[in-house]
Amino acid sequence: MIRVIAATLALLLTSFSVSAQDTTGAIQQVLQEHSAAILKSSRMTIGPAIDAVADSGLEQAQAVLQAWSDKNMWVREADGLFFRATEAEGGYSLTDFDTGEVVGVFDKDALDQIKPNSGIRALIGTALVQFQLKDPDPLRRQEALTSISRAPDPALLKPLRNSIEMETDPTLRAQKLRQERLLTIGYDADSDARVQAMADMSGDLSVDVRAALNPLVATRRAVVQGDVPEGTNVARILTPGSDALPRVEAYDMLVAADLAQPRVTNAAMRAALEANIADGRVGGVSVQQLGSDAVRRAAYIALADAGTVPPFISEETVQETLDGFTFYDAYADPSRQITDAANDALNAIKLKVGLNQAADLTLDALSLASIYFLAAIGLAITFGVMGVINMAHGEFIMMGAYTGYVVQQIVPNHTLSIIVAIPLAFAVTFAAGVAMERLVIRWLYNRPLETLLATFGISIALQQLAKNIFGTQARPLTAPAWLDGALTLNDVVSISYIRIAIFFLALFFLAVFLFIMKRTRLGLETRAVTQNPRMAASMGINPGRVNMLTFGLGSGIAGVAGVAIGLFAKVTSEMGSDYIVQSFMTVVVGGVGNIWGTLAGATMIGFLQKGIEWGNPSNTLAAQTYMIIFIIIFIQFRPRGIIALKGRAAGD
Amino acid sequence: MSTLLEVSGVSVSFDGFRAINNLSFRIADAEMRAVIGPNGAGKTTFMDIVTGKTKPDEGRVLWGEKSVSLLKMSEAKIAQAGVGRKFQKPTVFEDQSVQENLLMALKKPRGWFPVLSYRPSEEDLAKVATLADDIGLGDALLRKSGELSHGQKQWLEIGILLAQEPRLLLVDEPAAGMTPEEREKTTDILVEAAKTRAVVVVEHDMEFVRRLNCKVTVLHEGSVLAEGSLDHVTSNQNVIDVYLGR
Amino acid sequence: MNRSFVARNPSVLIFLALLALFTLGVTVLSEGFGVGMISTSFVKTLGKTLCLCLVAVAMDLIWGFAGILSLGHFAFFGLGGYMIGMWLMYERTRLIVVDALAQGSMPPTPQEVVDGIGNQIFGVVGSSEFPLVWAFADSLVLQLALVVAVPGLLALVFGWLAFRSRVTGVYLSILTQAMTLALALYLFQNDSGLRGNNGLSGLQNLPNVTASQDVVSMWFFWGSALALGSGYLLAAWVVSGKFGSVIRGIRDNEARVRFLGYSVEAYKLALFTLTACIAGIAGALYYPQAGIINPAEIAPIASIYLAVWVAIGGRGRLYGAVIGAAVVSLLSTWFTGGQAPDIPLGFYTVKWVDWWLVLLGLSFVGVTLFAPQGIGGLVDLISDRLRPDRHGADLGPDQGSLREKEAHK
Repeated sequence: MIRVIAATLALLLTSFSVSAQDTTGAIQQVLQEHSAAILKSSRMTIGPAIDAVADSGLEQAQAVLQAWSDKNMWVREADGLFFRATEAEGGYSLTDFDTGEVVGVFDKDALDQIKPNSGIRALIGTALVQFQLKDPDPLRRQEALTSISRAPDPALLKPLRNSIEMETDPTLRAQKLRQERLLTIGYDADSDARVQAMADMSGDLSVDVRAALNPLVATRRAVVQGDVPEGTNVARILTPGSDALPRVEAYDMLVAADLAQPRVTNAAMRAALEANIADGRVGGVSVQQLGSDAVRRAAYIALADAGTVPPFISEETVQETLDGFTFYDAYADPSRQITDAANDALNAIKLKVGLNQAADLTLDALSLASIYFLAAIGLAITFGVMGVINMAHGEFIMMGAYTGYVVQQIVPNHTLSIIVAIPLAFAVTFAAGVAMERLVIRWLYNRPLETLLATFGISIALQQLAKNIFGTQARPLTAPAWLDGALTLNDVVSISYIRIAIFFLALFFLAVFLFIMKRTRLGLETRAVTQNPRMAASMGINPGRVNMLTFGLGSGIAGVAGVAIGLFAKVTSEMGSDYIVQSFMTVVVGGVGNIWGTLAGATMIGFLQKGIEWGNPSNTLAAQTYMIIFIIIFIQFRPRGIIALKGRAAGD
Repeated sequence: MSTLLEVSGVSVSFDGFRAINNLSFRIADAEMRAVIGPNGAGKTTFMDIVTGKTKPDEGRVLWGEKSVSLLKMSEAKIAQAGVGRKFQKPTVFEDQSVQENLLMALKKPRGWFPVLSYRPSEEDLAKVATLADDIGLGDALLRKSGELSHGQKQWLEIGILLAQEPRLLLVDEPAAGMTPEEREKTTDILVEAAKTRAVVVVEHDMEFVRRLNCKVTVLHEGSVLAEGSLDHVTSNQNVIDVYLGR
Repeated sequence: MNRSFVARNPSVLIFLALLALFTLGVTVLSEGFGVGMISTSFVKTLGKTLCLCLVAVAMDLIWGFAGILSLGHFAFFGLGGYMIGMWLMYERTRLIVVDALAQGSMPPTPQEVVDGIGNQIFGVVGSSEFPLVWAFADSLVLQLALVVAVPGLLALVFGWLAFRSRVTGVYLSILTQAMTLALALYLFQNDSGLRGNNGLSGLQNLPNVTASQDVVSMWFFWGSALALGSGYLLAAWVVSGKFGSVIRGIRDNEARVRFLGYSVEAYKLALFTLTACIAGIAGALYYPQAGIINPAEIAPIASIYLAVWVAIGGRGRLYGAVIGAAVVSLLSTWFTGGQAPDIPLGFYTVKWVDWWLVLLGLSFVGVTLFAPQGIGGLVDLISDRLRPDRHGADLGPDQGSLREKEAHK
């Protein structure tokens, strides 16, 4: 009974499929034409099938390709028709591509899934792009453009061009035009068009332009006996022994191409001699005598003459062999016109990139300068104005940074915590500065070397104290999210927001400093006390109080600088000592006792360091070394700094 | 008498302030000269220029028979050429004995290598002892100079200068802070010194200058206002104006 | 004034006698030559301490006597160590390489030996080529000459630049610190040719010497004692005469010395270079006892510790420097070595490994404030060597000169 039903069902199915075949839609016909290729699913042979679907001009083509690529295209074993299948109760529900009607639910056994491999899916993807480029949804069009830029392909050129006409979105249109130029450079059949495209894009800084141009000028090194063959697009002829092609390398090329006998290396010679030792002798030489290269060579040549080992290649032989060959770099692209144009375009870009890199470097240097300025401005007060050497200045920076860290542990909101941390860091280091001034420095005025040592003792103690409290590992001080990221002007020039913030913070502190020194009572009294403490005292100024407050102010600013520095550098107990030498250098190079000098010093050191790093990018340690040497020499010529006080005020 | 030091047309300014303005000055061998002038007249700066501490913006400073320019020489070289200078404040090496102070100043090779192996001979010690007697410190030879009184330090500094055997002595306010007796002694020492060498004394105190009994140069605003005997310059109307105010 | 050198400086004789006694005592108690009451590692610690005392004497000469607070003398010390370390490492590696190659089937060529040594020494920094600075490493004599020449030359060049432009006081200190930092950073690089931060190691093994470390440590101990004795004698001789007068004059009043006709710069330069050479010798004796040298040893902090020792010991007197270096470095070893007993406070236990630096820093502040004469000042209580009381008089125009506070007894 069951068998009968099954047979009937089978019959029914067959007849249904036959009827279906009669009514096959246009796209199904296309698929059927290439049925064999589709079922075979080989990357090698699938091309025509995909093209046939894509070029069919049918509106369902995109859906078919999409289903195919998504592995949703199934074939019904009974009649070999293709459907879109979705999993349903009791098997798979099939949908006709042409009509979009659901044909019915079929058991999995009656169906076969078409499983295109990744290679085929890539091809389908390429074919799909032309549909996506004209998709009504701008997002899809954008995706298509992105996929083109990721995987440029000659086949995409035509659909891309075709889609420009209908593009209504101005942004997308511009992107399409640009992409079209890039594809033209790479793949257009017409050389003149390519050259034109290159000329259009030369001077464009984006990485993708260079990515499009670079393959055109890629070279391959080759060697040939006699002259370079006709029709080769030669980039340059190489002389063996030049920097571009050392002789050893040239000869190795010949060996690799089986054009010359391999050279016998010292190790190979030794191995060959070892292998041929007999009765304590080899090549007519006693083993005991083999302690020099000349003897070994003689023994080897003896062996080679006897035919035991490969012949010895002398330097003369190498030179003779090399003389017989021409070494050259050749462009992969045979057209001189194209490679020249590409080189021109690249050179134009290189120049522009260079200029922009200089701009980028300037920004970098400016931000480094503002960091140094920030680190040094507290010193400009305590050392520059008051003449107090505070070696614990770096530790005040550290204290400020740790204050920020502690605040972030309590206040989780990063923006709020920074807003709280800045005044708190100022308060903490102000208090520490005042305490230090009262307890230690007050007793040491006019004894700068003693001050240096005593404050160094404090620095050692504070550093160890921080280590005891916070441990040796680096603590994070996280910037608020709105300071993440960078301001990007183009593919070359960019600067992170945090550095911009630090730049403005430095400007702010410069303004604060100027305001306090020039416009407030404290500033006036500070200047009076530093210039003539006795006279100031006799005019009713309390020098002790003024010194205390000024020192506190300098220390407080160091604390705030610590918060700023902690945002981009690690907070460790040793961070202060990283800045102390540079900070003193900044003040000394700039000219003691003058805030503009400190600014000039920071700028000079910042630019200098970036400049040296640019000249020697691999080695920042060396950059610092050279910078310090430069500063030592600089002080030879301007012992009082860039902006020097002259005459009696300088306290000769 | 031949000219020992000739300063001509010298000017120097600090941050726009002209401390010395087209100053010319000359002094002969074995001459005593007093330089007076109100505060800020450029007296100390003038000494700074002659001793090489300050380089003038323009002008010439010529020295000795051969008219060597002092402008190219370092302080130490100028001192070795024979210019001795006494500071306004007594500056002696307080941590060292009077004897050590004087020995250091004795006219001997100044290079570090000969000095390293130098050990004082009997003759040197005798010379130092005589010198100490001259400046009234014969009993204090082995005392630390920091223990001396203010006036004694002034004398010791003059003694140090004399030990150098300079041809020109520049003395900045030697009588400041001295008792009248000490002043008298100081005058004697200077007058004695001027017999064999040129001495320039910068001084405020007119009484002291009068006792020196020598030619006087009045400086004002960085240039020479008047020159001549004390009576001559004090009767000069310009000088009266400057000193007494207009 | 014309008495003999020793009679004028009784402290020199006392010091040398004490040093000889100490050396004898250690020898008798050592494992190598005596009853073995002092372990070899402690003999090394003592030997190293003697070297530190020597560099402290050099520091005292330049700072205590001439008033130049150099924060670069430990760099010279380290350079001396590097110079001798290069020979020790080269020669020992050479012996090993030659031995290894002798096992082969045929005698090695000279090039094979050099390549082998290069591989052994520079493998850690990914190189096998000999840098130029190793050109003399195969010769003990030349390398010993470099122990003195390299620090001396560096000091000469740096000093010439710095003194010529009249950089004085704290500016000079900061400049020397910068020099030290630059040197340390340079040596930290792998391509400096001195094995970057790996430094030179295995220096305690003398090539061609089969004696045990017990014996070798005593050799170095004697060498260090001899060097300290001679260095002390030399320093005492230098400061006793007119040269000493001049440099103390420079410390107290540079301008006065200049107007006396002395070329202050030449004196400073001569002394700076001499002390750098002494520091180099001290380093060359120190590092073979320590066994390893790396750029961290040269970091500016080390030079500052040197100043700390001299200040605590009492500057301006040579025995003060020796006392300071010995006391502080030995205490430091004791505290940081974990031997010092912890102090339980109930709520917190003071571990000296963590707190020693805090104590050192604060005691340093204390010494600067309350006892500028340092430990050596205690000697004055016996010998009654009092400083002049200046009754508040101003002490000359220079920043580096003695001030009322320190002049006050």
